[in-house]
Amino acid sequence: MTIFLNKDSKVIVQGITGGEASKHTARMLAAGTQVVGGVNARKAGTTVLHTDKDGNPVELPVYGTVAEAIEQTGADVSIAFVPPAYTKDAVVEAIDAEIPLLVIITEGVPVQDSAEFWAYAKEKSGTTRIIGPNCPGIISPGESLVGITPANITGKGPIGLVSKSGTLTYQMMYELRDLGFSTAIGIGGDPIIGTTHIDALAAFEADPETKAIVMIGEIGGDAEERAADFIKANVTKPVVGYVAGFTAPEGKTMGHAGAIVSGSAGTAQAKKEALEAAGVKVGKTPSETATLLREVYAAL
Amino acid sequence: MDLYEYQARDLFEHYGVPVLPGIVADTPDEVRAAAEKLGGVVVVKAQVKTGGRGKAGGVKVAKNPDEAYEAAKAILGLDIKGHVVKRVMVAGGARIAQEFYFSVLLDRANRSYLSLTSVEGGMEIEVLAVEKPEALARIEVDPVAGITPEKAREIAVAANFPADLVDKVADVFVKLYEVYDKEDATLVEVNPLILDEDGNIVALDGKVTLDENAEFRHAGHALLEDKAAADPLEAKAKAADLNYVKLDGEVGIIGNGAGLVMSTLDVVAYAGENHGGVKPANFLDIGGGASAEVMAAGLDVILGDPQVKSVFVNVFGGITACDQVAKGIVGALAELGHAANKPLVVRLDGNNVEEGRRILAEANHPLVTLAENMDQGADKAAELANAA
Repeated sequence: MTIFLNKDSKVIVQGITGGEASKHTARMLAAGTQVVGGVNARKAGTTVLHTDKDGNPVELPVYGTVAEAIEQTGADVSIAFVPPAYTKDAVVEAIDAEIPLLVIITEGVPVQDSAEFWAYAKEKSGTTRIIGPNCPGIISPGESLVGITPANITGKGPIGLVSKSGTLTYQMMYELRDLGFSTAIGIGGDPIIGTTHIDALAAFEADPETKAIVMIGEIGGDAEERAADFIKANVTKPVVGYVAGFTAPEGKTMGHAGAIVSGSAGTAQAKKEALEAAGVKVGKTPSETATLLREVYAAL
Repeated sequence: MDLYEYQARDLFEHYGVPVLPGIVADTPDEVRAAAEKLGGVVVVKAQVKTGGRGKAGGVKVAKNPDEAYEAAKAILGLDIKGHVVKRVMVAGGARIAQEFYFSVLLDRANRSYLSLTSVEGGMEIEVLAVEKPEALARIEVDPVAGITPEKAREIAVAANFPADLVDKVADVFVKLYEVYDKEDATLVEVNPLILDEDGNIVALDGKVTLDENAEFRHAGHALLEDKAAADPLEAKAKAADLNYVKLDGEVGIIGNGAGLVMSTLDVVAYAGENHGGVKPANFLDIGGGASAEVMAAGLDVILGDPQVKSVFVNVFGGITACDQVAKGIVGALAELGHAANKPLVVRLDGNNVEEGRRILAEANHPLVTLAENMDQGADKAAELANAA
C-alpha cells in the first residue's frame, strides 16, 4: 500500500494552463498519474492537450472552479501551481470544495497567507489534507505522482520517506533506489505547512507495506523534536533520520524560510540528539543515512 | 528582513502607536543638531540589528547637545557583536514609571500567531521566559480574527495589568497588531513598553521582522533594506537573483535545492577535517532551472570570493536534466574565460546523467574534475582547496 496517494487517485491541476503547471502535468501523466482536468476561471470551457504514459493524446478539460472540476471528474486530489499572490485564494477554494488532498507546490507564499488558510482549513473541520506550500509534492512510485519529483529515480518498495527538502528527497530516493519506496512526501520548508513529519509518520506506521521509514529534517523550528516525541510514543517501525545544516552559522537564512538557526533551539545537533533519544538512528550524511537504513531493514 | 529600531519606530508612528520623537543621524555633528532640535534630555541609541546594545555601551543618555555630541563620538564606529555602528537615533527622553513587554509573532509549532505579554518589562524576554514563566502571558492569536479590542483586553488581563491601565494598553496592542497584520510581519516586539510619569503608554524600543515573501504587495519594503550593510558578494548575488550566503571558508559550493546545498556544506565540512580543516565558503542554491546563465552568474559570484580555493558543484538532476547542467557549466566556463581560475569538482546524478557526464568529459576542461558521488566530490574539492 501507499499513503495519501495511489493509482486510483484522480488529480486536477489548479492553474493548469500556466507554464510550470503545463510542464509538470505532462510529467505527471508520463508517470502514470490519472490527471483528469484542471482549473482556471478565465479559461473555463477550454481544453489542454497532453499525452498519456503510452503516448496517446489526452484532452484535459479546464473548469472554472475546483467544485465544478470535482463534480465533473470525481477528482479527489488537487495540485496547485498558482503564483504566490493567488495561492491563498486557490487554497480556500479547494478547501471549500472539500477536496480530500491538496498539494501546494508554489514557492514564496507570504507566511501570513499560509497561517490564514491553515486557520480556515482547521475551522472547516479539516476535510482537506494539505501538503506544502513550497514543497516537491508526493509520489507513490509505480502508482502516482502529484508534484515535481522525478518519477524515474526508483520504483515501488518497502521504504516510506518524509522530508522538508525536495532535492534531499531525490537524493535519498537515489541512494536507496535498489530498495524502492511505498510513498515519498516532501512536506516543504516553509515556517507554516499543512502535513507535518508527524502526520506522515503516523500514516507510514499504519501502512502495512511500509517496513521502514526515513525522515529528513533541516535546521530551524522544532518540527523534528516534536516528531521525535511522536516516534518514541507511537512508531514501532524502524526510523532512520537525517538532518541538514550541521555547519550552518547562526542567524543566516539558508534558502528555505524555515532554515534559519536563531539561538540554541533549532540546531541540527539539537534535532539529532532529540531523534537519537527516541531511538532513531541519525546519519551524518545522506550516504551514511542510507547505510543505516539498509542495516535496520536487513535486521527486520 | 529585520528592521532597524528607527524604521520600526517610524512604522509604529504611522499606525498610531505612541512613540517618542526620534531623529536618525550618521555623524556627531548631526547628533548635536538633532539634540538641539529635540531639546532637553535625549537618548543616543546605536542602530544595529542585534540585542544587548545597552550593555555594549551603545545607548547613552545626554542632558544637552554637547553631551549628545560626545555620546555619538563614543557610539559611532563601536563594534557590537560584529555589527559596526554607522547610524544612531537621537530620541527624546522619557520619564519612566513602569516597564512592560509585548510581542506578537508567528507560532510555527501551532501554525498560528502568538502574543507574549508581561508587566515585568525591561528584562531580556528569553531570561524572563526561563526564570519567571508565570509572569509571561502567552495568548494565541487567531490569524483570521487577529487582535480585536476584546482580544487585546483579554491579553492585558491575562498579563495582570492593573485595571485602570487595561483599556489604555489594549488600545496599543490593537495598533501593534495592525502593524503586524498590515505590514506582513512575522514579529512585532516592544521592549520596553512603558508607562511614563504622566500616565502615557509609550513604545520605547521596537523590533520588527518583515516577511520577504510578501514584498510583492508592499512596494515600500524594498526601500527598508540596508544595501550598504550587506556583504558585497551577497549584494552581487542578490542583484543576479541568486540565493547566496557568504561563509568563512575555502570551498565554494553550488548546488540545486536548499536542503541539498545545506547537506553539501555539511559533507564538505566533514571532508575538510581530513584536509587541513578547510570549510565551505558559501551557500549557493541555483534552484531548479540551472541554465548556462544562472550557472555562469553563480560561478562568477563564487570566483569573486578571494577566499575560495576550489569549487564543488553538486547537482541532483531532478526537473533539470544533467545534460542541461553540464552545458551550463561548459558555457559558464567559456563565458568567464580567464576569470575562471580555480579547480571545479562536479558531481552530477539523476535525470540524464550519462549525457551530462559525456558533455563534461568531451569538453575536457583542465579545471574540471568529475566526481562519482557526493561524498567523493566533497573529498576531492576539500583536497584541492587544501593543496592550493
